[in-house]
Amino acid sequence: MKDAVASAQLPAKEAGQQAYLKIAGVVKKFGDHTAVDHVDLEIHQHEIFALLGSSGCGKSTLLRMLAGMETPTAGKILLDGQDITRLAPYNRPINMMFQSYALFPHMSVEQNIAFGLKQDGLPKDEISARVSEMLELVQMKKYATRKPYQLSGGQQQRVALARSLAKRPKLLLLDEPLGALDKKLRQQTQLELVNTLEKVGVTCIMVTHDQEEAMTMATRIGIMSEGQLLQVGTPSQIYDYPNCRFTAEFIGETNLFGGAVAVDEADRVEIDAPELGGRISIGHGITGPKGMEVWASVRPEDIRVDIRPVEPGPNRARGKVREIAYLGSYSVYHVQLGSGKVVKAMVPANRWYEAGETEPTWDDEVWISWRDDMPVVLTA
Amino acid sequence: MSLLRKLSPGRGSVIAVPYLWLTLFFLVPFLIVLKISFAEQDIAIPPFTALTEYADGYLNVKLNLSNFLYIFTDEFYFDTYLSSLKVALFTTIGCLLLGYPIAYAIARTDPARRNVLLMLVMLPFWTSFLLRVYAWMGILNETGLINSFLMSTGLIDEPLHLFHTDFSLYIVMLYAYLPFMILPLYSNLVKLDLRLLEAAADLGARPMKAFFTITLPLSKNGIIAGSMLVFIPAVGEFVIPELVGSSETLMIGKVLWNEFFDNNNWPMASAVAAVMALILIVPTALFHRFETRELEGKNHA
Repeated sequence: MKDAVASAQLPAKEAGQQAYLKIAGVVKKFGDHTAVDHVDLEIHQHEIFALLGSSGCGKSTLLRMLAGMETPTAGKILLDGQDITRLAPYNRPINMMFQSYALFPHMSVEQNIAFGLKQDGLPKDEISARVSEMLELVQMKKYATRKPYQLSGGQQQRVALARSLAKRPKLLLLDEPLGALDKKLRQQTQLELVNTLEKVGVTCIMVTHDQEEAMTMATRIGIMSEGQLLQVGTPSQIYDYPNCRFTAEFIGETNLFGGAVAVDEADRVEIDAPELGGRISIGHGITGPKGMEVWASVRPEDIRVDIRPVEPGPNRARGKVREIAYLGSYSVYHVQLGSGKVVKAMVPANRWYEAGETEPTWDDEVWISWRDDMPVVLTA
Repeated sequence: MSLLRKLSPGRGSVIAVPYLWLTLFFLVPFLIVLKISFAEQDIAIPPFTALTEYADGYLNVKLNLSNFLYIFTDEFYFDTYLSSLKVALFTTIGCLLLGYPIAYAIARTDPARRNVLLMLVMLPFWTSFLLRVYAWMGILNETGLINSFLMSTGLIDEPLHLFHTDFSLYIVMLYAYLPFMILPLYSNLVKLDLRLLEAAADLGARPMKAFFTITLPLSKNGIIAGSMLVFIPAVGEFVIPELVGSSETLMIGKVLWNEFFDNNNWPMASAVAAVMALILIVPTALFHRFETRELEGKNHA
């Protein structure tokens, strides 16, 4: 039922691409606690996939199972046709860039990068060629003989990346790759990291709690909560067509209105939304009977705020301004409706000036409204 | 670069406390011992001559070098120093081989059980050291625990000669010094970031390889600290060789005792002690300087 609504709106899956990594029914239990709960996922070659979720959602456990540091309680993991579910970490063609990097403190940058290659018993000249290629890739040639403690956070991150790429893994795992960097450096490093990964063409799974990081870097995102994979899709699919309330609220901000389906036609639905004090009209049909309980998700940027009364009808309500957050190019208005519900609406900075109107302020009466193609109907 | 110069007066005085302590209770006594070592044996109280004499406007300084000449020419002393160093070295190696796995295991158990295990390591200290050495007599001698057990099972017909041998010496040395190896090793190993081992495994290192390339080099400081804590007192150990060791095993602690209490030759005993201190201090100081330089290198980066 959950998928029924969403998948009707989702573009068809890219056809013909074979799954490179296949996670089938993977479960991980720690005692009574189920950390990962029946996760199915397919990743294509050269993809940068982000597992996104808040801490404790099971994303790190899933990643550790891919690396071989945890063994699934049930399920299978296949990489390039090979069953790796129970393979020891040192036998997997998978490398990981650890959160806070786990660089070997007693080894130089070069030695850190060469470590994995030495385990494979490659000839000396090949190791040194590969190390210098990696140093070149992450632009750390100058620092080859430094020890990790002599490097800045950003430099350590690049060494960690070089070390995890040196063995040319079939799959690269990134555990909160930029979590240890400060915000400004993080944004700059995001694009740098994506460029490097694309240059190498490695298939990549990253784990992050930062939705902005996931949206910027990943080709596809999987949203996890309480051990379950709730939704998988491209960043825009997930933002525009969340399939449940959790995803809608987790990715970006949204206003949720619960209610029962009152009108159910092929190309039009109306929802009785007590919190809105009226009806929400949706410009497309949904699968589901009349009277079914659903939620309408309306993004703050899709809500229009007026200081003059709007004509009565669905998708609108009167309220009072409770809070205004000025954020430069736009402001977020917190409008309290008659039911007590507070709705967030994003208003462009030039909205009032262009309309020749005075800007509403605290406790002013305003009207909110949105078009009937804006809400997304959620059934879970 | 002087460390003291960089510090503010407040921090300087904090550091001055250990300096003062070392001066009062190590440097001054050592200088006194050094002074006595240049004196001559005398029938007096104290039983040695003064180094300086003032008469007729002349200050005569009389340094007696014969004690040192004797130490450096008589093979007996050379052999004794060598034998002491050998016993201390083997004790240190034994403690390391035995203590490392124990410290490692304690560091890897869950925190709740760790304290219990550490308590067990330290528990013997609650009993007097001498009592514990005597207990070993009861275990090792001809009518001791081991021999009577082996006799009663019929495995042997006559008692094994375990006591007053090098075997008993090393057993008791190991027993006595093991905690001094375990504790510094433990405190080092417990700090090891386990993600480094995961990273090593991830990069293809099997557990053994990861141990030798990551854990062992990173525990270097623990190994050094533990080894020093065992080696230095073991060189001068007197009680254990005297009570359980073989009479043929030469130990410098025993020689010291003989010179002091049997021969009443304080200058000779002092010379023996001074040479031993130099043998221990010089390599330690050199090593420490090397370490400091490495540490300062880190700070400059």
